[in-house]
Amino acid sequence: MDNAIEVKKLSAWFGDHQVLREITMGIRRNSVTSVMGPSGCGKSTFIRCLNRMHDLTPGFRMTGEVLFDGRNVISEKVDPVFLRRKVGMVFQQPNPFPRMSVFANVAVGLRFNGKGKSKSEIVEVVERSLRMAALWDEVKDHLDQMGSSLSGGQQQRLCIARALAVEPEVLLMDEPCSALDPVSTSKIEDLIEDLSEKYTIVVVTHNMQQAARISDSVAFFLLGELVEMDKSAKMFTNPSDRRTEEYITGRFG
Amino acid sequence: MTSIAFRRKATDRIMKALFLLSAFLVILPLFLIFFDLLWKGAKELKWSLLTDLPRPVGEPGGGIANGILGTLTVTGLAMAGGIPLAVLTGIYLAEYGKGAFASVVRFAVDLLAGVPSIILGIFGYVLWVLPMKRFSAWAGASALAMIFIPIVVRTTEEMLKTVPVSVREGALALGIERWKTTLFITVRTAAAGIITGILLAMARILGETAPLLFTALGNQFWQTGLDQPIATIPLQVFSYAISPYDDWHGKAWAGAVVLILMVLVLSTVARLLTRTRK
Repeated sequence: MDNAIEVKKLSAWFGDHQVLREITMGIRRNSVTSVMGPSGCGKSTFIRCLNRMHDLTPGFRMTGEVLFDGRNVISEKVDPVFLRRKVGMVFQQPNPFPRMSVFANVAVGLRFNGKGKSKSEIVEVVERSLRMAALWDEVKDHLDQMGSSLSGGQQQRLCIARALAVEPEVLLMDEPCSALDPVSTSKIEDLIEDLSEKYTIVVVTHNMQQAARISDSVAFFLLGELVEMDKSAKMFTNPSDRRTEEYITGRFG
Repeated sequence: MTSIAFRRKATDRIMKALFLLSAFLVILPLFLIFFDLLWKGAKELKWSLLTDLPRPVGEPGGGIANGILGTLTVTGLAMAGGIPLAVLTGIYLAEYGKGAFASVVRFAVDLLAGVPSIILGIFGYVLWVLPMKRFSAWAGASALAMIFIPIVVRTTEEMLKTVPVSVREGALALGIERWKTTLFITVRTAAAGIITGILLAMARILGETAPLLFTALGNQFWQTGLDQPIATIPLQVFSYAISPYDDWHGKAWAGAVVLILMVLVLSTVARLLTRTRK
């Protein structure tokens, strides 16, 4: 298996404050990579670098390389708009567009990305995306109801469907379950597993059990550094670094 | 009950009564005005008021139809020019306005909102009437637009700021360009609030008189062109009210009723729009 994304010596600053220190890691294609660590370790900052979501944050800058499709995508020369169509994102709080129906929420990327899809193509993509997000059966009879009227867990799956509709290669998920109840959480976790057959998935979580349940590889971040990264099974049974062991045994965090 | 506890409770009651009394005093004038207008204008409130041109003194009947059309014309013109300018400026301030220039714009817009309307009328006079050598609908509309624009700029900005960052991020993360995100996602999300602001600003300029005295002037007949003097309801109310004739006084009251009803309708629509926002 090869890597979908190759991160080399990625450092990032908010103003004078350095939040990421020379992160180097590979993200396997079509697998689930978890990024875990205590609050403030830079894990969210890290995945938001991968789709350039910090671009509009005043005072933010980064150095190093994030290689995707053979290009360093954090370079100014790469248009973040095209990057984001290939690297989708799901956020911590479900954020369906208010005042838009379930259908419109999923179709929105296609409608505004200027791909010039016909109406029947859009209908097709919406259905396929909702099926992939395991939401179709729950909403197929009322696609015109407001996206915001769904339950929290349904909203999050709607956001996943919305991200899938633009046919990305990578899906970044920033603590996608932290605002959800256990039942919704387990649905999303099952979904992540299914999706990893076709997509490269990076999940940020501060929940170690979740990282253990869903991921093929785990990266452990601490104070802006990548402490270690390994196969999930190895990380949780026999970590190489003492700090990882202390974290997973609950000594701190 | 101890005397301290009693006193506390009494103070509490007195204060509550005071708040309530103030609120009552605030809404009282509105009702007084409205009933007074209805009372004094009742005699002249008939269909012909809405459909007929003004008649000379002493001649019975006649209406303010030209003023109603004129008010709609001048207000419409002011809005046609003002809405795009004001909404786009509001978008600039809310979505892009972080630097020094934006602060200058914000300050200038607030200043413009505070300029007395008579001064805007004089400005319209210098800008349009003097070079064209004639009073006109254009001149009136541009004076009104200067009242309309700052209100709409600031409400647009405020409404856009209520849209959560997560909505913008959600759109950007889909690879939607920033300008499309702004126009089709953020502005759309705040649309009801922005329209409400537009309607309230419209209600405000509907009744403006001072800026029109030097610009639109008024007209006893149907308007003949946008480059000609034009009648509006407030101007007609003004000229009828300062006249020495009783039947014209009646028409002034009736015209005021029409005006206040238009404002009432607009405010109600604006209210309903914000209520259905959730």
